[in-house]
Amino acid sequence: MEQKRAVVSVVGKDQVGIIAKVTAILADNHMNVLDISQTILQDFFTMMMLVDVSRAENLDKLQSEFDQVSLELGLKINIQLEDIFQSMHRI
Amino acid sequence: MNIAFNEIQETIRMVQMESLDIRTVTMGINLKDCVDPDFEKMDQRVYDKITSYAKNLTSVAANVEKEYGIPIINKRISITPIAELLGHATKDEAVRLAKTLDKAARVLGVDFIGGYSALVHKAINKGDQVLLDALPEALSQTERVCGSVSVATTRSGINMEAVKQMGQVIQKASQLTKDQNGIACAKLVVFCNPVEDNPFMAGAFHGSGEGEAVINVGVSGPGVVLNALKRYPDADLGGVSDVIKKTAFKITRAGELIGRVVADRLNLPFGIMDLSLAPTNAMNDSVAEILEEIGLERVGTHGTIAALALMNDAVKKGGAMASSYVGGLSGAFIPVSEDNGMIKGIEDKSLSLDKLEAMTCVCSVGLDMIAVSGDASPASLSGLIADEMAIGMINKKTTAVRVIPVPGKEEGDMVEFGGLLGRAPVMGLNPFSSEKLIARSGRIPAPLQSLIN
Repeated sequence: MEQKRAVVSVVGKDQVGIIAKVTAILADNHMNVLDISQTILQDFFTMMMLVDVSRAENLDKLQSEFDQVSLELGLKINIQLEDIFQSMHRI
Repeated sequence: MNIAFNEIQETIRMVQMESLDIRTVTMGINLKDCVDPDFEKMDQRVYDKITSYAKNLTSVAANVEKEYGIPIINKRISITPIAELLGHATKDEAVRLAKTLDKAARVLGVDFIGGYSALVHKAINKGDQVLLDALPEALSQTERVCGSVSVATTRSGINMEAVKQMGQVIQKASQLTKDQNGIACAKLVVFCNPVEDNPFMAGAFHGSGEGEAVINVGVSGPGVVLNALKRYPDADLGGVSDVIKKTAFKITRAGELIGRVVADRLNLPFGIMDLSLAPTNAMNDSVAEILEEIGLERVGTHGTIAALALMNDAVKKGGAMASSYVGGLSGAFIPVSEDNGMIKGIEDKSLSLDKLEAMTCVCSVGLDMIAVSGDASPASLSGLIADEMAIGMINKKTTAVRVIPVPGKEEGDMVEFGGLLGRAPVMGLNPFSSEKLIARSGRIPAPLQSLIN
């Protein structure tokens, strides 16, 4: 099956358990993490993950699960299909 | 090739902090096959065709918006200019048709339906006249219907009879909605050289060169351009142009992708990408503020037109490479009521109606969302329209007038239109009369296309 990839971005105050919570949601939805990079920018935890979403039927459901974690930990979590980044930055 | 960390960050910043959005996804629908001598049948066919073609427009747009994480602000429909359907109809029937369109828009959940329009740049025929007569009532008794009238082109000249009538139409539409500050006029545009594939309201219509149904997309991002420029405070003007160009490129690419995905899912062809910097009342989402960032203390001062010309051209250059089908009006809109910087310019008296007129020589549209005192005479409004049409005709560009006489208000008052339409300071028109010029009527001949200077 063709891969369909999405970017998950997480920005917020650094604290224990961010990666655990976010990846738990991905695992529950059978999504494989292809790449992950994380850094602390001016005290802000910033993480980008490239995930395989070809098995996910509904990104909407995923986003609402992320929204719960966002509220709980005070983070901003977004999931966007990868094409948008490819088309904006690659000719 | 994998995308870099900073590129992902840039896109997210554009959307979340700099108000990058897809301003509108507009479905153009051809209604010519709905024509029927029996008005009842035609009315029904129009309703059925629009509601069946666009039934999934809002839901598909909402899904794409979520998946790609870029907001789509408006979902709209443009249709064949209604005057082309009205051959035998009466004025009352024409008003009823407007209400049918309004109902279709409401049922579908689209924000506006554009195309209650007539193309009368050379002559007014029967259906056109019915539409012109019906316009004030149609626009004041509906909520989502937008109209436009083309009264001039470079090839046919200016139809001054139509210009005369439009002054009266605007004044009447304003009076009929005097409880709402003349809001009906905000849904009406008078055009010179209109384009057939413009997805932006109030001037959108589905032209006769267009297909059966098509998806056109309008993207906007004054905030993104403004923030990009702020990172290069010391660049020279060549550098400024370059920054705007690169930013416009990225915005256009995002828009084209979203447009193509929406079109694909609706099983319709993708039409054009309109890259216009169209401001909103959101913080920092202002074209005037870009001009000020380029180097003006306040928009309207000396140098404004040079800065606007630079910006407009850079936007087009960036967009032209990013998309194979750039169309519509691409460039910059300079509406007054929707742009915090323009409002400020007028309040501080740096920006006048005369300067706005001059700015329309180099922007992509024209006098847009300008509030004038409610007692403006129809002849003065026609004079204002005639001036703007002449600018477009001679310069071979699109120009438009969307002017709102606000009943009971005078120069210096502030008027609130609400929502996307914003608020505007009321401007005064020249007190001297244009009555005789307008009363002469007839047609101003098309200009010579050679000996250009």
